Order: sequence, then structure tokens, then C-alpha cells
Amino acid sequence: MVNIEIDGISLEAEQGDMIIEVADAAGVSIPRFCYHHKLSVAANCRMCLVEVENIPKAVPACATPVADGMKVQTRSPRAREAQKSVMEFLLINHPLDCPICDQGGECELQDIAMGYGGDVSQFSEGKRVVVDPYIGPLISTEMTRCIHCTRCVRFGTEVAGIRELGATGRGENMSIGTFIEKSVDSEISGNIIDLCPVGALTSKPYRFSARAWEMGQVPSIASHDCLGSHVNIHVRRGEIMRVVPRDCETINECWLSDRDRFSYTGLESKQRLLQPRIKEKGQWKNVEWQDVFEHIVTKLGGILESEGPEQVGFLAHPSSTTEELYLLQKLARGLKVENIDYRLFQQDFSAQQSDPDYPGLDLTLSDVESLDAMLVIGANLRKEQPLLNIRLRKAAQENGAAITLVNTISPDLNYEPHSNVLLSPQAFADGLRGILKALYLLKGDIPPEQLNSLNVDSWQQVCAEKLLESPNVAVILGAQVSDWPNYHEVREVARLIRSLTSASGGELSWGANAAGAAIAGMVNGESGFNSYEMLENTLQAYVLWGIDPRFDVADPLQAVTNLKQAALSICVNTHYDETTETWADVMLPMAGFGETSGTYVNCLGNWQSFTGAVNPPGEARPGWKILRVLGNFMQLNDFNYTSTTEVIDELRGSICNKLSSAWKAQEGTPHSYSGSELTRVGTHALYRCDSLIRHAVPLQRTKDNTEHSVGLNESTAHRLGLIDGQKIRVRQSGDWLPMVLDIDNALADNAVRVDIGFEGSEVLGLIHKPIYIEGVSE
Amino acid sequence: MAKPEPCLTELLPQEAIASIDHWISKYPPGRQQSAVMAALTIAQDHHGWLTEKLMNGIADYLKMPRIAVYEVASFYSMYHLEPVGKHVISVCTNVSCMLCGSDSVVEHLSKRLGVKLGQTTSDSLITLKEVECLGACGGAPMLEVDKQYHENLTEQKIDEILAGLEK
Repeated sequence: MVNIEIDGISLEAEQGDMIIEVADAAGVSIPRFCYHHKLSVAANCRMCLVEVENIPKAVPACATPVADGMKVQTRSPRAREAQKSVMEFLLINHPLDCPICDQGGECELQDIAMGYGGDVSQFSEGKRVVVDPYIGPLISTEMTRCIHCTRCVRFGTEVAGIRELGATGRGENMSIGTFIEKSVDSEISGNIIDLCPVGALTSKPYRFSARAWEMGQVPSIASHDCLGSHVNIHVRRGEIMRVVPRDCETINECWLSDRDRFSYTGLESKQRLLQPRIKEKGQWKNVEWQDVFEHIVTKLGGILESEGPEQVGFLAHPSSTTEELYLLQKLARGLKVENIDYRLFQQDFSAQQSDPDYPGLDLTLSDVESLDAMLVIGANLRKEQPLLNIRLRKAAQENGAAITLVNTISPDLNYEPHSNVLLSPQAFADGLRGILKALYLLKGDIPPEQLNSLNVDSWQQVCAEKLLESPNVAVILGAQVSDWPNYHEVREVARLIRSLTSASGGELSWGANAAGAAIAGMVNGESGFNSYEMLENTLQAYVLWGIDPRFDVADPLQAVTNLKQAALSICVNTHYDETTETWADVMLPMAGFGETSGTYVNCLGNWQSFTGAVNPPGEARPGWKILRVLGNFMQLNDFNYTSTTEVIDELRGSICNKLSSAWKAQEGTPHSYSGSELTRVGTHALYRCDSLIRHAVPLQRTKDNTEHSVGLNESTAHRLGLIDGQKIRVRQSGDWLPMVLDIDNALADNAVRVDIGFEGSEVLGLIHKPIYIEGVSE
Repeated sequence: MAKPEPCLTELLPQEAIASIDHWISKYPPGRQQSAVMAALTIAQDHHGWLTEKLMNGIADYLKMPRIAVYEVASFYSMYHLEPVGKHVISVCTNVSCMLCGSDSVVEHLSKRLGVKLGQTTSDSLITLKEVECLGACGGAPMLEVDKQYHENLTEQKIDEILAGLEK
């Protein structure tokens, strides 16, 4: 510790801290543009010049480390003069276009110019003008306003791990951009909007739609991945104008993924469901809530009576709120229905009794950063939980963590893993068992007999050594694994690996609230069907909560067929389209993100409640209210809630033991994999994971969403007589889907990569199941 | 899914690759991107100017982000990002040269060649380029023809230089 003095205030500081960090912590404000606490120090804007005793010139506070006895003046005449001079220089080329600039009113340059700028510039020559590059559908550029702080460039290098922007040219001709015209494709690119201290980089969907001072701010929780990032919803006159990150050091730091930032644009879609609708004699008609509830009571009541509760199924999207899920299962169980599920992509339920209380991790995200070794199984984190990937990348780059990745598809990487192994679905479990065997041998134990026939390859040996030798290790199962037909087999091997090491870890899940769903009891009872059985067997009635069966379930084809055949298919959702009309019989309009209060439980086990920011449009109502009234209409007891707080308190009150994400040991032999030749592998498409995202037009226009292809390795393609870039078509149980072939040599032999959920993929079937592929003549 | 781009070894002759490798070998292992300026110079010497393909090839060859190569190539005035004539005349117009009359040097050259700064003669023989300080302030005003400095310029001297340029 050293003692320093800033503006006469005595402060203690850590050796190596920069003046600006100490000042920030003490609440002394120093103007700055290029400095950002999450980025490296560039010291190129010079705005933070301060006077330090015994140093003849003003020094940049962001790049001057503290020393014992240092006396800093941030407002002395000399400091002020330096700051004012820099301000004048920065304003030389900056246009005076604040009235037409989106940043106006929340602009760091504008704010600081108020305090440090002169009223007249000495510069009377022409200002420079920079041509604006196109960098994609999410970010608008107005590069004439750029003051070259390079925060966006450093963010790309240091956080996003993909350097897309740079400072090209020299002197007056220097400009920030991509140099050649290309879009910025990082999955967390939107953060440069927040980082930009001027109006050079602004949000394209929000552009010209509101002023900062017109909006109110409502804290909320993002609804698309299991981290539950903290956000602020900006609201003007009952309308959500934009979503920005809310600082939360333990979850999202100050960042937000593009998915969480721009998904709100889907709320204003023309395909919002705004009115309860009933299909009568093949004709759709809009009705009042009273009518639709009465209709459901008659129809559903009739089916329950005549066919029995085992002919009714309740399915919910894992991004529903905990309150909705709790009430939905309470409603189902009140009606004696045990066919209840949220695990919409799961195929393997063989060892369900070994499931933890909730899917999640038993370590914090800052623990992840300080890990020394990691085994990550079946995850493409950049496209699944983008902000978790930031932590993993930090572990790899700053902590030198040895990360072993084992996948069926090549993950998008922005760091160097220790090893990056691709296995076919057929070889997957045995690949992990190789690590297990190596662990037994390293510990001097005799491996169980079943492992005798396995060889230990060098990657398995090294992975085992790292997991045993390093002090902080983790084994993380990606959400992809839960889709596989041998999910429980893979999970059991992962559990055994953890039990032989001191590894923490757990599993990730799809949606924002799988943990909440599990805790709320949104899973089938012992006599009930799980999601897979519900949709493979034709039931008489289905309630689909927040689900579009074309994209949100494991086997879309089978699901839609069965929904069409059912006597009653109730769709409760935020959006609908003409295909919904083909399978649904009743549609209930539900409130979406920001329109309802609720609680999400993230993969860390945090219960995060939020309030609604705006009222839902039209006749749409918050899900919990719909269920509350439906419960009353169905004459169930204890459905008289007046708020989500009452619901969540009831759920909390019913939990006796401390909830755990630890996997329990499995009994009996697991479902092992018996796959055929060509097998489909893939992950969930980044911007297709729920109805809101699918209607968020800017996200749908990104490269991540528009470029889908079929991946094969070269030898498999050669055997099939196919070449790179060729037009092909693929088929599972339904129609052929025309696609383009992409040779991806990282894939295992006979693995065919076709992702899940993109537009068109609904004609395909299950993941890790046979797929047919053939060339199409041009 | 990156579209296959030609790699550097396909774009440059073997001896150019060998000399890039020679420059890489001057730096510690893993610091191969320190050779970026040399690689750009070598590529330009062989091709005349730096195409996007060449810069991408160099980026991939040196395992660095492409934008980082663009940054270097666009910073230094000796790299040509557009096609140039057989000879490139680079006139310094920085402070020392300006004070010693670089404006009239530029004017004279423009008149003689019939092109403005940044343009190439219609016979593709000569490109006239304005550059930043070339570090020859003692001999201001100065210009550089290809890789040869000419200092203390007068109109007569410029005419001699132009006359001496091979077609």
C-alpha cells in the first residue's frame, strides 16, 4: 500500500494502481475518453492530464502509476489548462452536430465539453470528413465524430477476441473502421456502442427514435441464456426503446451479448399475438378473454373427463419465468395431469432420477476466470452463452488455463485451447472414458473392467494430468449434451471424472430459466410423459407455453403432426404466424420480455426477480395472470395470487433443503449410443432460440443468422462424391432441405453438421440421428 | 466458413517467401508478426503494389488479424495500396521541405507530368505521390524516386531526374 494525496484528500492505494483508478474509487472525477476500467490503458486521448507535484509537465492520470507520497492536483490551474487545451484539440475536428446526433444528451464528449471546452474555437479551417463504413445491421457509424480513443478497437482485441476494427491511415487521415467493407460479426459487438464516448458508433435499431432524457429506466434480467445478464430497459411513454447492460460484476460485468441487447426489437413485430383467438369450424376468430377461458374450460374439461388426464400434455419454453412455470405445473397437477416438461430438446431421460435439483454450475464466474484447467464438453460457448465465453477466454489468456474442449462440432474459438478434440457422436462417451481411465491410472487405482478395452490417447492423458495436477479445475457440460440420445451416459462419465478430481463445474442449459423450471417442478411426474414422449405419442390435448413447435422442440416434424391431430392444441405465446394457425386451436396472447414481472434462476443458482417495464400490447397479458385466471376458471384451489411475489414466495416456502446442482450417481446401465452411418450433429442457431429472437429483425439479418450450411469432412464428402460449396440437400424423416456444403475437416467421419432452429430446419428431425445427404445438380 | 483465399505462397514467388522467412527468423519464435513491414515491402517489390489479397495473405502467413496488416500498410506512405506507375516519385511536403519550397517542386512536377498528386501518368510510367518527412531535412526540398533520394532540388535538377527515368 502507498499513501497518496489527490486534491488534498489523503488516500491509500495499491502499488501499481494508476492515478485515475484511485481517483475513481475515491469519487474524484477526472475527465477521460480513452480510459476504460475494463480495457488496457492506451493514454492516447490525453484528456485525463493532471498535475503531480515535482513533475514539470502534466501527466495522464490513466497511465501514471501511483507512488508513495505522490501529490496529485486534478483541478489546479496547470491541470485545468492542460485539460482545456486537450479539449480544444479534440473539438477541432469534431462536428457541431449534437442536435442530429443520437449520442446527444448522453455523450461523454458533450458532457466534458460543457466543463472543459471553450466557447469559441481558435480553429477556423475546414473540419475533416470521414466516409462511414457499413459494419452490419446492428451498429450505425458516423465516423466524422470519432475522436480516435480506440476503445472499440481494444474491446475487439481484448474482450471479444476477434479483431475486426482498426485504426487505418495516418495523422489527419486516420480513421476507425474495418478498412475493407465487411460487417462486424462478433456476438458481443453491441458493446462498442456503449464504449464509444461520442456518437460515432450508435445502435442501428434504436437510431433516431428517442432522446436519453425522454426515457425512464427499469432494471431487468436478460431472457436468452442461462447467465441472466443484468440489463436496464429504457422506456418512453410505455414503449421499450432499447436495452442496455446494467453493471453486475458477478455476471455480465459491464457487457451484454448482442442477443440480449437487440432482442427487444422482436416485441414490435407485426406478428405479435394481440388478441385471444379461437378456431371454430376451421375459421379463426378474435374473442374476448372471458370467451376464451370458457372455451378452454369446456374443451379441456371435456377431454379430461372423457379421455383422462393422461391424454393432456403441458410443455413450456425454458425462458418462461419461474412464476409462470410454477403456476403452469400447479395448474396441470391440479387437473391431475403429470405430462409436464420444459426440456424440449432432450431425448434421453433414462436416468432422470439422478438429475440435480437444477441444472447449473457450482462455481462463480470469477472462479471460472481463475481456473487452471478445464474440461468443456459439448459446448460452443461463443454462440450459446457468449458472456461465459469471455470468462473462459480470460482464464486461457490471462491465467494460462489449460482448456480441453471435446465436441462433436468445431466450436467458434477466440482463444487458444490446450486441446480441441472433435469426436463423432458414436465415439463420444468412450472418448471421455479415456480421460477417466487415465485418471484411474494416474491415481494408481485399477480402472473398472469396462474401461479395459479402451486406449488412452495423448490428449486424454494430458487432460487427465492437468485435471489432477492443477489446483483449480472444472468440468463443464455444455447445453448441447442435453440434446443427445446418450445425454445421461455422457453426464455420468463427466460426473465420474469430477469425482476422481477436485473439479467443480456442472452443466449449462438452454433458455434463460431451465434452473427455475426444474426448481418450479415443471417436469413430468413418475407416471407422466416427458416432452419427448408427449410429442412422439399423440395426445388429445396440448398446452404449449411460449413454444413454436417448428423451432423449439427436438423433433419439429413429429410435434407439428401430433399437434394437428390433437383435439385441442392451446398456444400461449407472444408471437404467431400462419403456420401457428395450422396446428393450434386456441391462441392466448402473452406478455413478452419487459412486459411482465417474474423471476429467473440462472445457472449459478441466483434467483433474480424483475418487474415489468411496460404494459403488454393489445389484449396480451402477463403469463402468471393468465394462469391465475385459468386456475380460477378450472375451479382449482389456491389460485388467487395478486402478484408474482406471492407466487415466488409460495415456491420458496415449499423448498426445504438447500438446492444443489450436483449430479447424483446413476444406477444401472446407461443408454449408450448406437448410431448409424451418417449422423446429424449441430448446435442451436444463435439467433433462433425463442419467439422473441426469431422476430428481432436486426438480429435475423446478421451473418450469424443468414449463413447456414451443411458441414462434412473431406473424406466423407469424397466418399459421397460431394465437393466444397456444392448445392446439396439433406433429409431426415421429412422433406428434403436444400443447402450448401461446407467442407469442415474438423468434423469426425460421418458426422453431418446441420444446426438446429434456423429457418427451414423444421423439416428435419432429431439431433444425433441418421441424416441423408445428396448432391443437387445446378 | 471463410471463403478459401489464396495463401501467400501461391501469390509470391519462392524467393520472396524465402526472404520473408528470413525476416521472420530474425525475431523470437511466436513474434513472427514483427516481420510485417518487411513482408509488405517484399510483397510490394514483387507485385508493384499491395492488393487486398496480398495483405490478407501476409496476415494469415504471420498469424495476425488482417485489420492489423491494413493498419500498418495504410500508415506508411511507402506502401502503395493502389496500382502505381513504373516509377514512383515521392515528394516530401513536410515542414522543412515546405519552408524550402516543396510547393514549387510539386507544381513543377505536376506541370511536367500532367498529373496531380496521387495520380499516375497516362502512359503508366510515373506516379506522383505526396509523402510525410523522409528524414532528409538537411537536403530540403527533397524527393525520392523509387528508392533513391534526391536532395536540394531545383527545377533544373528535377528536369534532369525526369529525363533520366527509363521508359
